[in-house]
Amino acid sequence: MFIEKVLFYFVFQSAFMNEQEQSLEDLRHIKMMMERSSRFISLSGLSGISAGLSALVGAFVAYPYVYGLKNLIINDDLAVKQAVSNDYSIILNTYIFWIAVVTFFAAFISAFFFTWLKSKKEGTPLWGHTSKRLMINVSIPMLVGGLFLFRLIYFGTFGLVAPGCLIFYGLGLVNASKYTLVEIRYLGFVQILLGIINLWFIGTGLYFWAAGFGVMHILYGAYMWNKYERN
Amino acid sequence: MAPICGTNTRETNKMLNPINNLNKLFDSRVRLGIMSALVVNSEVNFNDLKVLLEITDGNLASHLKALEENNIIKVEKGFIGRKTNTTYSITKSGEKEFKLHIAALEKMIKATK
Repeated sequence: MFIEKVLFYFVFQSAFMNEQEQSLEDLRHIKMMMERSSRFISLSGLSGISAGLSALVGAFVAYPYVYGLKNLIINDDLAVKQAVSNDYSIILNTYIFWIAVVTFFAAFISAFFFTWLKSKKEGTPLWGHTSKRLMINVSIPMLVGGLFLFRLIYFGTFGLVAPGCLIFYGLGLVNASKYTLVEIRYLGFVQILLGIINLWFIGTGLYFWAAGFGVMHILYGAYMWNKYERN
Repeated sequence: MAPICGTNTRETNKMLNPINNLNKLFDSRVRLGIMSALVVNSEVNFNDLKVLLEITDGNLASHLKALEENNIIKVEKGFIGRKTNTTYSITKSGEKEFKLHIAALEKMIKATK
């Protein structure tokens, strides 16, 4: 009798354990499918690190031009003419503009590369409806910010450019956090905060810029890589 | 020993009840995947579902049909240019059924804790 009871108990218990494991697996599957269908989760931590390194190198190269150790203008004669005729293209006649362009593309292309690698490994399409939504939502505040900064530069308000970059980029990240891994929201808040503090320290923009786009990207990227991609 | 086993078995019996709330309609990974995607997106088209679930057209279509026939999901046929674009969305009753199913799964896990 006793042995029968014990046997019955174990058979019952193991059947129940299987049911329970099955339920747990089902719930995990549901959660994964919800995330995969609504968020672009192939964003790689290495993308953050590479973008951050690009920003630091860019800031380092730009430093002597920003703080007057080297002549900012590429062609002085042309610059005089452009200044007199209120020509927008004077911006193209500065070293800083081209350093910014190269830095942006280096950051963007290297970030794209690591995310492309990760999405290939996971078999999720890089250009699906989740990545499209992510790009659109990150772009809205950034395009608006870009236009705003363009006008600021035109009116010679250079001191507001760095805080402006940080604030609009931060808003882009916060806006995008609904469409990718949620941690990016906190990176966004940090960028906004740095930008706002920078508003009261005009003239030190490059340091804030390097801290936000350089150091914070690297810290965020390392954290994300450690959390999601290490294995 | 014996009485302990006895009570445990009775308790186990009681705890097994949540299975009754599990919906037979959601008894496959493909259907769970379809429902998960439709719960968090207002609508999803056939191709996106196919990529998400990594299954063949025929397999996906048969699961979608079963869910549609039970009024769990709605189908909308449209066009993008000349290409057909079939989108799926969840019905009110489908959402309710799926939430009940998830609650039953959660109950199963908590049962022995």
